[in-house]
Amino acid sequence: MENVEVTTNAHHGEEKGSFDTKAIWRTFWILLGITCIELVIGMFIAPRFPHDMKIWFNILYIIFTAAKAFYIIAEFMHLRHEIKNMIMTIAVPAMLFLWFIGAFLWEGASFKNLKNTYDPAYKERSTTPVKQQPAHDEHDTQKSRELH
Amino acid sequence: MAHVVPANQKWWAGGRSPFNVEYGKLMMWYFLMSDAFTFGAFLISYGTIRFSSNAWPDPNKVFSSFPFMGHANLPLVFVSLMTFILIMSSVTMVLAVASGHNNDRKGVVKWMFWTIIGGLAFLGCQAWEWTHLYHQNAWWGRNPFTNYDGTMASTNFTNFFFTITGFHGFHVFSGVVINVIMFIMAWRGDFDRKGHYLMIEKAGLYWHFVDLVWVFVFTCFYLF
Repeated sequence: MENVEVTTNAHHGEEKGSFDTKAIWRTFWILLGITCIELVIGMFIAPRFPHDMKIWFNILYIIFTAAKAFYIIAEFMHLRHEIKNMIMTIAVPAMLFLWFIGAFLWEGASFKNLKNTYDPAYKERSTTPVKQQPAHDEHDTQKSRELH
Repeated sequence: MAHVVPANQKWWAGGRSPFNVEYGKLMMWYFLMSDAFTFGAFLISYGTIRFSSNAWPDPNKVFSSFPFMGHANLPLVFVSLMTFILIMSSVTMVLAVASGHNNDRKGVVKWMFWTIIGGLAFLGCQAWEWTHLYHQNAWWGRNPFTNYDGTMASTNFTNFFFTITGFHGFHVFSGVVINVIMFIMAWRGDFDRKGHYLMIEKAGLYWHFVDLVWVFVFTCFYLF
């Protein structure tokens, strides 16, 4: 551990901590840049690949999302500039999410496999395309209302 | 201006906060943690259901409209505008907090004003999006969209979409209400009389949290 803990959070008496306006704008450009990259991938690049490649794009989106979350929490919410005790009281409970996400997605995938294995009618119903065109705009709405 | 705390500072010796923040700010952090788990439970249940389904609607097809653009196919453009609005209002919020640190009342009032405008713009966009989807016959319990592979989709997609974006929208709404109260208090000079602008920081934490949740909602519903 370092000898000193540096903190910009000075609330006591006369000491006035100030936010670095340059750092705020730098964070803004990083967030905007990541969002733009995500959108370009989502709109133009990912649709060109077959659907079973989607998992790799999703992993990429997760990395970008985690990066954005880090910048919002660390810079905008100022957590990076608090003392270590404060950072840990937030970061350690948040680790529960790793188990939470892993366990429940695993559970969902397992349920899908069980249904597909033991309920052939479900599998057939959920993998046979329907004739009707998807309703993308108000034009198709009437049609889909009639079908329902 | 960073101030340096000596390494031999006894944080746990009592008599002072071991977290070096005031009570209200710490409690706001703990509230946000609990709120994060609420949103986490929503999004993870959405993920569980999605992982248990053989197919799911394609967001590029569902979210492809823009106001006044008629039937032009503009996938994800509108939602990226909403994301930009929310990030921008987060920036104006940090600038308000930064002004508060310097006891700059005018700066706080100015940046709080823009933060409120950003919040209202986001809510307006969401109202448009919901109305548009409603007119496409999408609502709780009805789903007009088919899956990406042309199979029949269940109502899980619309149920989760409206519940989670609705819950987030409610947070944005309450954030705007909090920001309006902060704006009025700053404008009247209440914080100058108190001698500090710590309330703005607490409202700021809440507002950034709303932005943080949107980052995850955006990824889970519009990109995956």
